[in-house]
Amino acid sequence: MTLTSSINTRPYTLGSMNTGEPCCEPIAHLQVQNLSLAYGQKTVLDGVSLDIYKGCITALIGPSGCGKTSFLSALNRLTDLSASTRVRGSVLFDGEDLLSDKVDVLTLRRRIGMIFQKPNPFPLSIRRNLDLPLKEHGVNDRKIRAQKIETALRDVGLWDEVADRLDSSALALSGGQQQRLCIARALVLEPEILLMDEPCSALDPISSAVVEALIIRLRGQYTVVIVTHNLAQARRVANYAAFFWMKERVGKLIEFGQCQNLFEKPNHQLTAAYISGTQG
Amino acid sequence: MKERGFTLLIWASALLVAAMLLWVLSDVFIKGLSHLSWSFLMDEPSDSGRSGGIAPILISTLLILLVALFVSIPLGLAVAVWLSDFTEQRSEFANIIRLTLDALTGVPSIVYGLFGNAFFSIFLGLGFSIVSGGLTLACMILPVFIRTCESGLSAVNNDWRKGALALGLSRSATVWHILLPAAAPAIVTGLILGIGRATAETAALIFTSGYVDRMPESVMDSGRSLAVHIYDLSMNVTGGDDAAYASAFVLITLIILLNTFAQAGVNRWLKGRLVAL
Repeated sequence: MTLTSSINTRPYTLGSMNTGEPCCEPIAHLQVQNLSLAYGQKTVLDGVSLDIYKGCITALIGPSGCGKTSFLSALNRLTDLSASTRVRGSVLFDGEDLLSDKVDVLTLRRRIGMIFQKPNPFPLSIRRNLDLPLKEHGVNDRKIRAQKIETALRDVGLWDEVADRLDSSALALSGGQQQRLCIARALVLEPEILLMDEPCSALDPISSAVVEALIIRLRGQYTVVIVTHNLAQARRVANYAAFFWMKERVGKLIEFGQCQNLFEKPNHQLTAAYISGTQG
Repeated sequence: MKERGFTLLIWASALLVAAMLLWVLSDVFIKGLSHLSWSFLMDEPSDSGRSGGIAPILISTLLILLVALFVSIPLGLAVAVWLSDFTEQRSEFANIIRLTLDALTGVPSIVYGLFGNAFFSIFLGLGFSIVSGGLTLACMILPVFIRTCESGLSAVNNDWRKGALALGLSRSATVWHILLPAAAPAIVTGLILGIGRATAETAALIFTSGYVDRMPESVMDSGRSLAVHIYDLSMNVTGGDDAAYASAFVLITLIILLNTFAQAGVNRWLKGRLVAL
């Protein structure tokens, strides 16, 4: 912990360029250095360096296919799923490269949770959706599990809606409720970082607003990295924004900075074009 | 006009198939039921099966099936899980295994019988026994069972796999708590196909579990299965037709009962795990 914060008195991705005043003293929670990612022969992401700040929300924006989701899944090693995926570079987390083979991925994924575009509650009861991960991570006391489940469900504002039907199917919930359940399922493991891949895009506007309000409430307590195609949403929720773009069919990080600053005074021409809607 | 002819043809084909099934079933039921009695089920056969009952044969059949399922269910599920989740979908080795399984599905049962006789009875020294017969049947049902379970597992929503992975769940927990329960309907289908094939088998058993019709003392004893009994009565025993029909009636009833139990058993196992699919 102290190691990462001490080497980061001057986060290098917020270097010489004018990126605006930070919202707080930025402490890097994750330090991505020169990250490249390829599926087989096809490089989808190249040379991405970026700091993810503790307790802040970082939005990844950019057109489809520029590697935002691939970037996100490298951060919790979901890229391990396919043997043909190659990830190069390093991602420092607590002074350790999380891409290294020595890292225990099960523990890593408990500490870095992930929420997907489509809500994916397991075909189990509401209770068991949260109970199973807890049990698997060694919380053996049933009473403690019950307590943690209630806390997580309260945190996502679902407790009052489901308290009387914890043993009924999670698939019977509405889309927005399912997504909040998935967030609760990640939160119940008390992660430090949450990765969110377009968490609102499959939801109706009302549910989307509820989930968005929840994400804003997570700020400060958790470090959040969120991929979104909704620029207005990025502006509303994020402290920092990273803009990705395809250059010669390879995804690149074009600009990173304070969210408001990136939207109001973009340093790069492509960023300006994308956020004004003339390109992308 | 052409359209009507086509519709008629389709209907006629369906009716023809249904009629044949109905004919076979009613033939067995009418002729079998008249010979069927409580003592038929509870007595030992006498006079080569012309009179007496089928008690030892029923026991042997169930024991052979038990051995076959005891071996093929865990082994089959393990291979299916390996094919669907522990190897790359397009891996060369996995494809060779799939191809082999598909080829084995089409192998005539008499070949399994000869193999079982050479391998289990002679090479492993298990002799003509219920164990030999059960193991031979396990070899026979495994290919279909594995492929059915594999396709069920592959059809499980991939989002759940990703979700489990992202929560840091172990692979064993994912398989046991999420994938297998979600694939349960396919597993039941595989089980029913397997039970059906195994219970109705004759050729593979004649050379392995034998055709001695007395009560088996252990699974190392030789035992005659119902299908072998029916074959023997109708082919080798003059005047055995009544008993053959009654045995066929019992066999059909047995298969229906076993399938119902399989379905109910899996449903019960699911109840504590899955709420709904």
